Amino acid sequence: MAKNGHDILREVEQLLYCQAECLDGKRWQEFIELFTEDGTYWMPAAPEQTTGDGVPSIFWEDRNLMTVRLKRLTHPRAWSQKTAWGTNHVIGNVTIEKEDASSGDLVVRSRFHMMEFRNDTTRHFAGSYIHHLKKTKAGHRIKLQRVDMVNAEGPYEYVLQAWV
Amino acid sequence: MGVDIGLDLHKAVEPDRVHRSVYSDPGIFELEMERIFNKVWTYVGHESQVKKVGDYWTVQIGRQPMIMVRHSDRSVRVLYNRCPHRGAMLYGDRCGNVGKGIICSYHSWQFDTDGSCKAIPLDKGYQGTRLTPGDGDCNIKTAARVESYRGFVFASLAADGPSLSEWLGPAKIAFDDMCDRAPEGEVEVVPTCFRVIQQSNWKIFLENQLDALHPAVTHESTGRAAGEVEEAIQKKGGSAPLSYHFLSAFATPISKWDAFQTIGYRHGHCILAGYMGLRPRDPDTLAYEKVMAKAYGKKRMEEILGVNIHHVLLYPGLSVQSPLQQLRAVRPLGVDKTLTEIWHFRLKGAPEAIYRRALGYYNLVNSPSTMVNADDLWNFWKIHKGLESQGGDWVSFHRNAGQDLEDDDVTTSVIGTSEQPMRNQFKAWAQYMNGAS
Repeated sequence: MAKNGHDILREVEQLLYCQAECLDGKRWQEFIELFTEDGTYWMPAAPEQTTGDGVPSIFWEDRNLMTVRLKRLTHPRAWSQKTAWGTNHVIGNVTIEKEDASSGDLVVRSRFHMMEFRNDTTRHFAGSYIHHLKKTKAGHRIKLQRVDMVNAEGPYEYVLQAWV
Repeated sequence: MGVDIGLDLHKAVEPDRVHRSVYSDPGIFELEMERIFNKVWTYVGHESQVKKVGDYWTVQIGRQPMIMVRHSDRSVRVLYNRCPHRGAMLYGDRCGNVGKGIICSYHSWQFDTDGSCKAIPLDKGYQGTRLTPGDGDCNIKTAARVESYRGFVFASLAADGPSLSEWLGPAKIAFDDMCDRAPEGEVEVVPTCFRVIQQSNWKIFLENQLDALHPAVTHESTGRAAGEVEEAIQKKGGSAPLSYHFLSAFATPISKWDAFQTIGYRHGHCILAGYMGLRPRDPDTLAYEKVMAKAYGKKRMEEILGVNIHHVLLYPGLSVQSPLQQLRAVRPLGVDKTLTEIWHFRLKGAPEAIYRRALGYYNLVNSPSTMVNADDLWNFWKIHKGLESQGGDWVSFHRNAGQDLEDDDVTTSVIGTSEQPMRNQFKAWAQYMNGAS
C-alpha cells in the first residue's frame, strides 16, 4: 500500500525483521527500545485470553520487567547462560489489520517460526504475533506485542529464558 | 523384576550420606514406583477443578494414567484411565466433561463416573466367556483409596496404609495455612497448569525445594537484577510491585538464610519456615486485614497471618507454597526425567489485590518464562549428570549432621541451611524402600 511513495507494509516488515534480529543477535537493550515507554510484551497462557491483566501469562512484561530479564541474562553468574545457545526467527505472513488514519497507529498480524539450539538440544516454537504499533517521531514503536505460540500450552522441556 | 540394582538398598542410605545409585539406577527407579509411588497418597487435584458432575481431569499417579472425575453423588472419584475391555486409555486429553458417560473410543463400552459398566455393544458375544457382562471385571478399576483435605484431593493405589489425615500429620499445615488465609476459609483453583520437564531424577527437585543454602548462589543473578530495577523505580519516586521483592529476596546474602528453619516430620514431609515479607503496611494489605478481621476476629486473624511458612514439602510428590497459594506436583517420568505441574489458587473472599500477589509470583517464578527456575533446572540437569558419573559414589548430606533436634517424630534443624530436610527425606525413602508403609 503505497501512499505518497511511502510503503507502510514494507516499513512494518522492516520493524518486525529488526525485532527478530535483536533477539537472534541477543541485542536485548535494542529489543526493549523497540517498545514505547509504556509498552508491554505479552505471551498469554491460553489462546482465548483477551488481556494479560489479572490472569496467568507466560510473559506479561513492561519495560521494567524486561530490564530485569536483560540484567539477569547478562549477569556474569546467570549460571544457565553458561552453555552455548542461539535462536533463529523467521517472520512471515505480515498483514496490516488496522490502520488509524489520523494517528498512524497500526495493528499488525504476522507468523513466526523460531528454532532454538541450546545445550545440544533443538526446540521449535511457532505461532502468531500481533503488534499494536504507535507512530512516534522515531517511527513505529510497539505498544503491545501479543505472542500466541501454538505450543504454548504444552509441557516445556526446560524453560524460556528470553523473549520469543 | 530381574533388575540388577547392584547394591543392597539397606546400604544405600546412611544417616548423613546416600549412594549415588538411588538417583541414577533405573532398577531402583522401578522399585521406587512400586514401593513408594504406588503406595503413598498422591495429590490428584483440587475439587474446584471438577465443579460439575462429569467434569474430569486426567492425572498421573506414579506412572499410572488416572482420571479424577465428579460423580453424580457429588463425590470426586479417581479411576484408572484404562478400558477394562482391551486396555485403551479412555481419555487422551487433559480435561473435559464426560457428558452422558465415559465411552471408550475403541469399541464403545460405556461407563458411569464411578467406573461401573453401563453398556457393552453386542454384549451377547461375551456371554458364557470368562468376561461376562455384569461382572466386576467389566468395570473401570478405581484407585484403592481417595480422600480429600480442605478441597485438595489425594488418591492411593494401595488398599492399606495410613489415612490421608494420619499421613499428612502436622504437614497438613500446608493446606490449613493456604485456606485459612481466605476470609471464606477456602481456595479455588485458577485453571491454568504450567508444565515443566526437568532432566533429572525426581528427588533432586524435592531436595532443592527446602535447600536454603542454594538461593543466594543459584539465583543471585535474578535477585540482583530485580533489586537494581526495584531501586531504579523507587529513585524515580515510584514503588515496585511486591513481585519484585519476591525476586530480589533471592539475592539475600547466604549468611542470612541461616535465620530460616526447617522442620521434618514423619513420612519425609518437611517445612521451610521463614519470613516472606507478605505483610507490608500498604493499603492493599490493610484492606485485606480488615476483611480477615471481620471473618475471623482480630485474634484469630493475627494467628493466621502470623504463620511463618515459606514451603511445605509433602514427600514424595508435592511442594506447597501456602502463603502465596502455589503448588507444584511432581510426576516422575523416568529415572532422569521429571514433570512438575504448577498451579495457583485464589483465596475466596479476599480482595483482588491479594490475588494479584499470588499471580505475580506465579507469572514470574513459576511460569515457563521463569527467571528463577531457569537456573534450578540447569542445576538439576548438572546434578543428575554428576550423579551418573563414577567420580564419586556418595552424595553428602553432612551439613549440621548429628545436630538435628529430635522430639518424637519431629526433627528440627539447628540452622536454616542445615541439610536436615534431605536427611529426613531419605529416612522416609529408606523406610518405604525397605517395606514399611
